[in-house]
Amino acid sequence: MDVWFAVFLTIVTAATPLLLAATGELVVERSGVLNLGVEGMMVMGAVAGFGAAFLSGNPYLGVIAAIFAGMAMALLFGFLTLSLVTNQVATGLSLTLLGLGLSGLLGESFVGEPGVRLPKWLGIDMLIPLSFILTAVVAFVLFRTKAGLIIRAVGDSHSSAHALGYRVIWVRYGCVLFGGACAGLAGGYLSLVYTPQWVENMTAGRGWIALALVVFASWLPWRVAIGAYLFGAISILSFVVQTRGWSIPPQFLNSLPYLGTILALVVISASRRLTRGNAPASLGQPFVPDR
Amino acid sequence: MQLVLEKRPERSRRMALLSPLLAILLTVITGAVIFALRGIEPLHGLNVYFIEPLTQIWSLEQLVVKATPLVLIGVGLAVCYTANVWNIGAEGQFTFGAILGGMILVLFPAWQSPLTLVMMLLFGILGGMIYGAIPALLKIRFNANEILTSLMLVYVVQFLLDWLVRGPWRDPQGFNFPKTITFEGLQLLPMLSGSIHLGAVFAVLAALVLAFVMGRMLKGFEVRVVGNAPRAARFAGFSRPRTILFCFLLSGGLAGLAGITEVASVVGQLQPQISPGYGFTAIIVAFLGRLNPLGALAAGLMLALSYLGGEAAQVSLGLSDRIAKVFQGILLFYILACDTLILYRFRWLKPQALAATQPAE
Repeated sequence: MDVWFAVFLTIVTAATPLLLAATGELVVERSGVLNLGVEGMMVMGAVAGFGAAFLSGNPYLGVIAAIFAGMAMALLFGFLTLSLVTNQVATGLSLTLLGLGLSGLLGESFVGEPGVRLPKWLGIDMLIPLSFILTAVVAFVLFRTKAGLIIRAVGDSHSSAHALGYRVIWVRYGCVLFGGACAGLAGGYLSLVYTPQWVENMTAGRGWIALALVVFASWLPWRVAIGAYLFGAISILSFVVQTRGWSIPPQFLNSLPYLGTILALVVISASRRLTRGNAPASLGQPFVPDR
Repeated sequence: MQLVLEKRPERSRRMALLSPLLAILLTVITGAVIFALRGIEPLHGLNVYFIEPLTQIWSLEQLVVKATPLVLIGVGLAVCYTANVWNIGAEGQFTFGAILGGMILVLFPAWQSPLTLVMMLLFGILGGMIYGAIPALLKIRFNANEILTSLMLVYVVQFLLDWLVRGPWRDPQGFNFPKTITFEGLQLLPMLSGSIHLGAVFAVLAALVLAFVMGRMLKGFEVRVVGNAPRAARFAGFSRPRTILFCFLLSGGLAGLAGITEVASVVGQLQPQISPGYGFTAIIVAFLGRLNPLGALAAGLMLALSYLGGEAAQVSLGLSDRIAKVFQGILLFYILACDTLILYRFRWLKPQALAATQPAE
């Protein structure tokens, strides 16, 4: 019983940051914007969350700081890609490079310091149920409300949405900021719950895995949740190996999530029905209103 | 009054030249602000970071040494990005090149002949090409996003290197340190002058050859058409899959060459950490160089300066050398922002004109 609970807990804690970040990115991509800077926003969320909690002693302030750090990075991305119409791929990459550098610099004095752990509510970390509430809300808003219809319209054909009178740029700003908040929160989960400490580059590619999850889920919120938990399940493998005492190099086990991501991308992308059906048609296309 | 973007009738040539310089200027200004925030006199900080490394012979040599891998990788990436092929896993191709090239010496530790180095370099290039071919083939065959697959492979190969140097390839006489045997004699690249090694020649040659290929040969034209006008490329019979494979093999091979030249000179052995992120910084080199191989040559020196400045800032200003990564990230942002001015210009729109352009509610 205890073993199964530990296994379950390992999956959930590994899956939650992926679910949070990928759900945010799903909304961003549904509005037609490809933000490759998830990793950068996430790592900034992690350092801001740790720093605020460590300096104030209040982990809830840490959560708020993580969200705002992610949004600040997202705003920078939005300003460049939406207002200055820069290349989204390149800008997202630079967001990641900047986030990794800046977090390393800002977090330098936090290395080795004991972190403040986010308290549990009723025996579970509150961010875990929150990640499911978030998925449910996103699924509801995107597919059952007018706001969701507008977001998807903007993502599928920005020119038509513009012609209908919707403020394409502002809708996209909103979605990008929401994505940043989610990525920042995911980073905060890492440094306040997963391993309550600050380690440079502690996101370790999770932002990129979250991006892959959105493709894997073919832009559907509940499939993101399924995908995140499948990836979380990979992390129990090292747990199994430890308990069985198998001699498999840890480096091999550590590379499994990345190999798994490649495999998942290959399997999903090979099916045109899955990818073409839901992919937002204007994804990654710059938009400048005609004047 | 509102500031709006307006598409220029054609690309502004003046801005295409000015924008990288403007981006560097803005980065330097931002640097001054960062120094001031850290309580350092801004001009003194800028002098230590950007000027002093250029005033001494040994640091100029270091500039070339650090620019060597950046240029080798950056020119390849410039070709990729021109074709709209997004290889961002050069760090992985660099590492796999170093592994495959270094394998020669792990297998034949006593082999000392002029051929040793040739074989190492060839295997390094081959390693980079193999590792670059994986995301290319996954893209062509399964339509898997090359950005994500090439990046994931970086993590995988770093674990592979870590396992090799801690396990099967560890130096038996190395006091249990995670490293292979040290390369020596003819296994190392010849020195040209001071600490500058033969790799610098490779870098300049790569830039010159690719500048010729991109500017004067059909292949370069094909790459540009596939990148800028995919429809026109189809009518012209230029195959996108073939271009994807070409770009990945080229940039992967160059990154692999950079990897093996780095371990056969500066590093001198295989160890868990063989690069301070050259493969990622080279992305900035490609963009700062306007995706032009000769531009990347100049940009490589600029980013090498950012590494040197970081070291100088650590020694003389008591800052962390991580500040180099921050400067590099900020620089790329400014480059992208300034590039907007090539295709667009800003115009003030008066309120009445603005009202006319608002979409009907």
